[in-house]
Order: sequence, then C-alpha cells, then structure tokens
Amino acid sequence: MMDENYNFGFLDERTKKMIRRALLKAVAIPGYQVSFGSREMPFAYGWGTGGVQITASIIGQEDVLKVIDQGADDTTNAVNIRRFFARTTGVATTEKTTQASIIQTRHRIPEAALTEAQTLVYQVPMPEPLFRLEPRRSETITMHALAEYGLMNVKLYEDIAQLGTISKTYDYPVLVNERYLTSPSPIPKFDNPKMHMNPALQLFGAGREKRIYAIPPYTAVRSLDFEDHPFEVQRWDHACALCGSGDSFLDEMIVDDAGSRLFVCSDSDYCGERREAGHVGTQQAVQMSNALTVQGNAT
Amino acid sequence: MNDDLLLSVRGAGKQFMRGSRPHWACRDVSFDIYPGEVLAVVGESGSGKSTLLRLLAARLACDEGSVHYNVRDEARAALGQVVDLADLSEARLRWLARTDWGFVEQHARDGLRMNVSGGANIGERMMALGDRHYGKLRSQALSWMERVELDVGRIDDLPDTYSGGMQQRLQIARNLVTHPRLVFMDEPTTGLDVSVQARLLDLVRELVDQLNLAAVIVTHDLAVARLLAHRMLVMKDGLVVEQGLTDRVLDDPQHPYTQLLVSSVLTP
Repeated sequence: MMDENYNFGFLDERTKKMIRRALLKAVAIPGYQVSFGSREMPFAYGWGTGGVQITASIIGQEDVLKVIDQGADDTTNAVNIRRFFARTTGVATTEKTTQASIIQTRHRIPEAALTEAQTLVYQVPMPEPLFRLEPRRSETITMHALAEYGLMNVKLYEDIAQLGTISKTYDYPVLVNERYLTSPSPIPKFDNPKMHMNPALQLFGAGREKRIYAIPPYTAVRSLDFEDHPFEVQRWDHACALCGSGDSFLDEMIVDDAGSRLFVCSDSDYCGERREAGHVGTQQAVQMSNALTVQGNAT
Repeated sequence: MNDDLLLSVRGAGKQFMRGSRPHWACRDVSFDIYPGEVLAVVGESGSGKSTLLRLLAARLACDEGSVHYNVRDEARAALGQVVDLADLSEARLRWLARTDWGFVEQHARDGLRMNVSGGANIGERMMALGDRHYGKLRSQALSWMERVELDVGRIDDLPDTYSGGMQQRLQIARNLVTHPRLVFMDEPTTGLDVSVQARLLDLVRELVDQLNLAAVIVTHDLAVARLLAHRMLVMKDGLVVEQGLTDRVLDDPQHPYTQLLVSSVLTP
C-alpha cells in the first residue's frame, strides 16, 4: 500500500520532470554523461541515490519492480530500496527477472535475457571512466568531446606490462556506439558482453556525481582491448554448487578454516528458477589447494 | 624557398595583467624557421622566453600578431599550406601537438605521466593515434629507449625511479615517437649536472641531425645555444634585442645587453 503522505515515487513532480529531461538527452546521445540536479535522498550517498532517482522518475502504477544487489534479491540494499518504492509508490514488486518491467541493479546484469519491455537502472558510484587517469574534470570533458581515448589504452597497456594481463575485472571500460567511452558502473566484466545489442533500455544514475547516462536498446557496446590481448570474460573451473549451472557468474565463499570454497550463482533468482526446474548441483564445497598449508607441511 | 617554410612568427605578443595594468610579457617577435633548423632563444629570467615558446606551441593565444605553421595535409598527401594557428580548431591543435610537434618541458615530471611505466609513456602518443597492438607498441618503446640510450631493462619501471637525466631522455623519446617535425624545448638541461648535460646535449644534437628536426630551444645557457643552435634570438624585457647566426651573435654581439650576457659567462 502506498503511504499517502508522500508524492508518488517520493520525488516531487518538477524534479521527476527534470530527471526525465536529462534521461531523454542521455538516450539521444548514447554513453554521454548528462549532468542533472541530483537531490538529497532519504539514505546515504553510495546506497544507490542515482539509481533510485531514475527509478522514481520513470516508474508508473502499472510497473513491476525488481531490485538486485550484486545479483541477489535478498541483501540489505535490495530489500530496502524495494521496500522504499513499495511504500512511496505502492507498485507491485517481484524477485522474478522475467516478470519485472523495471529492474534496479547494483553491479550485476541478470543472467536471464532481458526483453524490449524491460528497463535496467544501474546505480553508479563513479560515472567518469577516465577519472583515475586524468584528474581535471575540464580536461576529461574535452577528451570526451574530441573522442581522445588513447589514455584508457595506456592504462590497459600498463596492466599487461606489469601483470601480464588486463587486470581490470569489474568496471571494465566500454565504447558505446563506437563514440563515447563509458564506465559500465562496476559490473563484473563477465556482464560486459550482455550490454552489447541488449533489447532492454539501460539507464545509469550517479547521485553523488550528479550524472546520468544511457545505453538505448540495440546499441553496440565494445569493451576496449588490444589486438594481441583481446577482451575475455571470467571462467570458472566449477559449476554452481546449488543448481549446477556452468555458465553463470559465480560467487566464491570460503566456508571453513581449511580453505574449502563454495561456488554459487551470484544471481539468486536465476539459481532459484533452475533449482525449481529440477537442476541440482553437487551441494559440496570444493577443496582448493591452499598455498599456506602446503608450505606448512613442507617444513 | 618559401614553400618549405615551417613556422613563421609575425609581430607576436602576449600581455598579462600585472596588478591592474596590462603588461606585455613579450612583444613584436618575428622570425621564420625552416625544416631542420635549430633556433635558440636566450635571455634572463622573466624576459618572456617561455611565454614566447607557449605562443609558438599554441598553448597560449597571441594578443597581437600571429604564428603561422605549415600544416601537413595527410588527405592530399602533399605539403599543406601555411595557416594561422589562431584559425585552427582546438581538435586540430591538439592533433598537431600530439603528432607534428614535441614539447620537452623543463621539469620532466610536467611532461611525463608519472604513474605509468616508461614504456607506457613512450607508447601514449601511438595509442592516442589509434595503435592497438601491444606487441608493436612494446617493440617501438624498446627501440626508442635504445635510441635515447636508456637501459631497456627499465621499460616497466615508473619514471619516479629514474634519475633526472633519464627522465629527460624518456621525455624526449616520448615526444619523438611520432616523428614530429618541430620540437619545442624549455630549458631541457637545467637542473642536470654538467656531465649529464653534456651527454643529453650530444643526444639532442644527434637526433636533430638524424631526424631533420626543427627545434626551438629556450635556454639561459649560452653554451647550449653555441652547441645546438644555428640561429639565436636574444630577449630582454619581452623584446627581441638581437637575432642572427649563433656564431655571429656570440662572437660579435652588437646590442649592449648581448655584450653583457656574453661577457658574463665564466670560462674555467
């Protein structure tokens, strides 16, 4: 039930209009960071204020909302934001990816394929992909304007030179529509290929940094790389211990002092659906060789 | 002869506000540079040398006069025409600064990217031009390190761990990797000890010769001018008081200030 003391979606109508206007511009220029007047929200920066403001601006009475945090529907951030919208809008909420029309996400893209009828809203901590390389905001704006993105490759070069491989595993920089260099919010690079030509509308909100950007449906998204060091996603030697899936993003949990690890799907809805459909994993933690124990035995 | 003119400066000047009054940092400077020619700009501190260099490199806009540059026109694969830098777009100027020009700063820290390795510093310009092959970038970086006599084993070290002379060499390599035609140097040898200075000057002289580079070198060290430059320009209080062939100016100074400058050099 909606709490009648609040305006629909918590924000006032003018603020929602302002944000929608910024969203229109963002969709018109894929990957371009549009500044907007980010409002104070009733929770702290870093808890998804950007994403919540976007969701509040686009949500309607007919919408069905799903909120995930690192893939899971049942963590603090996801539960609280879902409850926030249930109270301030009264819309239906769900944990099923396929039933949702708006999915607000913190740092994952659901495993189930999205459709044209869905909108994915990302919570972004730092929208500027160049910020660790070029501290001056005025300079990064010029670099975006002139599409001078060699510097990002300098960072990747440095990774290969020092570590033998591109070490960035999350927030892996992408080029949207072959024009704007964009930070995919810190999703794991495993999810980067899902952004490419995705039928769903993808909106990104950074509340503290006061920026909105978007990837419209069916837009080309390319992860940066070198010709002789192509982009690759993570792979695991194990399948999910609960549902046995071999192609989802896995969380690794250490379950005892001996270093046994349990691998489970990060996307809780995907894992649950598979188990309902009768898929079963090993239900076992994996014994990994622990470098420290091996050393201890040798001495 | 006019066809291969590289840089042409006509009455260039720049003024800054000093207190509430405008003050000309340099004024009425005119000269030409042809490919392969080295010009030294000498003068005391505050005489407008560095301001002039910044005008030439389009880092500052002229308040009067103009700087013309012979822009390479790749589309027509011919030497382009001489254009006023003030007419070029920012994108074009940045492109020029990245490809056709080099800028060697007085303090290597200003010209280098200190948080990435030496190899990445050399590769940066190539990556900015769209080079996306790690192996090629790396072999280019190695060959340039060899050319500027840096130990190739240090390719993955941060510039912070280099000595002052090595940082200056790295900065030169980083600038020359795109084969620029014109290099600006702002007192490249100050802050280095004498033996390192000598080796660096030797290197610069060799590179200028090999690559047919034109260079504008700002310095207050007359020995640097004598060793490297074909022609020199003496500045005082923002004005050019004397210009001509290096040997002529140093051996037969005409202006009282130049005479003072030449006579105040210590000879051990």
